[in-house]
Amino acid sequence: MIYEVFRQERKGQPFEHAGSVVAPDTEFAEAWAREQYGRRGESNALWLVPRDAIHDVEDWADEFDLKYRRVDGYSIKARLKEARERAAARAR
Amino acid sequence: MNELLLGLADDELVIGWRDSEWTGIAPMLEEDVAFSSIAQNEIGHARAVYELLSDDADALAFDRAPGEYRCAPLVQLHLLEWAHTIARRWLYEVADEIRIAELMSEVPVAAKINREEAYHRMHAEMWHERLRDEPRFQAAVQELWPYALGVVLPEQRAELAARVKLDEVDAIERGTFDDSFAALHEEMTMVRRSAPAGAQW
Amino acid sequence: MGDEQAFLEYVQGGGQVETGDWMPDEYRAKLVKFIEMHGNSELMGVLPEREWILRAPTLQRKLALTTKVQDEVGHAQLIYRVVEDLGKPREHCLADLVDGKAKFHNVFHYPTKTWGDVGVIAWLVDAAAIISQKALLKCSYAPYARIMKKICWEESFHILHGRDVILAMVTGTPAQFELVQEALDRWWGPLMQFHGNPISKDEDPMYVWRIKSQGNEEARQQFLEGYVPQIWELGLTVPDSKLRRTDDGVWEYSEPDWDELKHVVTGHGPRTEERLAFRRRFLDQEKWVRDTVLAA
Repeated sequence: MIYEVFRQERKGQPFEHAGSVVAPDTEFAEAWAREQYGRRGESNALWLVPRDAIHDVEDWADEFDLKYRRVDGYSIKARLKEARERAAARAR
Repeated sequence: MNELLLGLADDELVIGWRDSEWTGIAPMLEEDVAFSSIAQNEIGHARAVYELLSDDADALAFDRAPGEYRCAPLVQLHLLEWAHTIARRWLYEVADEIRIAELMSEVPVAAKINREEAYHRMHAEMWHERLRDEPRFQAAVQELWPYALGVVLPEQRAELAARVKLDEVDAIERGTFDDSFAALHEEMTMVRRSAPAGAQW
Repeated sequence: MGDEQAFLEYVQGGGQVETGDWMPDEYRAKLVKFIEMHGNSELMGVLPEREWILRAPTLQRKLALTTKVQDEVGHAQLIYRVVEDLGKPREHCLADLVDGKAKFHNVFHYPTKTWGDVGVIAWLVDAAAIISQKALLKCSYAPYARIMKKICWEESFHILHGRDVILAMVTGTPAQFELVQEALDRWWGPLMQFHGNPISKDEDPMYVWRIKSQGNEEARQQFLEGYVPQIWELGLTVPDSKLRRTDDGVWEYSEPDWDELKHVVTGHGPRTEERLAFRRRFLDQEKWVRDTVLAA
């Protein structure tokens, strides 16, 4: 069975995919992943997940170009400039 | 005490040397990597204990005549076959745990060694479970059992027998040397002997 | 399903390919062969070095060499996993290797004779390999590029170790200095051949598909630029009277023996047969373990 290995480098950091080991069960997978991904103390923690348990998501539909959900959907610059000019005028 | 510590260090040095023989040729790559860590830990343990006994750990490790080593015959055996290798690992770890427990109250480094051995025990037990029904593994255990008894002191042998669930038999004692030990010592020291004593490497 | 021209433009533009993506048959075939050869090389490289673990003259050197070789086995594991995910099982790779049907790098077909070889291999052979490996960080095939990060990180320790071994010997006894020089004299030829013949980048399919991101000659020049000064500053000599750096920063050298390279990598090196036989012996001997354990 293939076990995917996710590695956390230091406490607080996200777990990142690091590779995989071929093992008959979690006991062997752990024994082997410990050394392959931690022998130099480079990992604070590991998650071992059978490859079959991973559900792939890759297709996205964005038919209507929903800009409001993205940073480029907002053009703040022009209005901010105007707002500042008006505030300065009021202050005089 | 020094005799016991030297025995421990020599055991770890020689089993580390034997375990290093698997580098690159273990049954699967993942195991090759894991097994190498065990061999390195063993050499590291040997070094830590030699440093207690001498200012020059390398001299103590390498510069004695073969007959002056206190390693148990179990670790000397040339066993480049997996069933025997795992049988030795498993028997050795159980024996070592008993031996180390006795030393821990006297020698702080023994506690450190013991903590690192946790991985070795997990690894040995994992393999033992997988292989215990294999005839060749059972045969290997039987063959190595008298040697394993020689790792611990006579008063510790009943405990060892109880833990591995085998009947106590006559032990092959320290002070005896396997035929392969002379060749091991020769190879282990050949580079070192090629330069004058005290040469840097 | 896919357009080979579009794919070519995609990878040449820096595009990355994942395992499940469509790829041209030729790309996939070349990729598998290249990556498999790398895995084979890591695994075969272990064999000359493991003897010296047993002979290491101090406990520290024994540990450092063991961990270096352990890394190489670890790299083989990472690399074969990539090949497996591309569809070729590890057992097939290993069978092809021991049957002489697959290649591995020239340097691992040669004997090691002394502790001097240990230093030269860790310092210079690993350096030559790292240069190629750093270039592979940009490989168009993403799973391979990703493992190269871990590989390069671990290789950096090897060079430190190699340098330390060499420095101890060149500042030791005259006999120890000689050990290094003698080893260097033997390894120089294979080192100069290591990066392959100077085929132009644009004629090298590996570069065209952006599997490699660097041409062979570029890699060799990088090696010379980085390491010849280091060799010379220790008072060691390189066995090539034509070796010199021009004012443009280009290294000139005697033409490497390309026939020797071809002869060796096609399975006729001085130690090829012996090492493959050694590997075959243990593969066969321990097959029962894989059958017992991996049959989950």
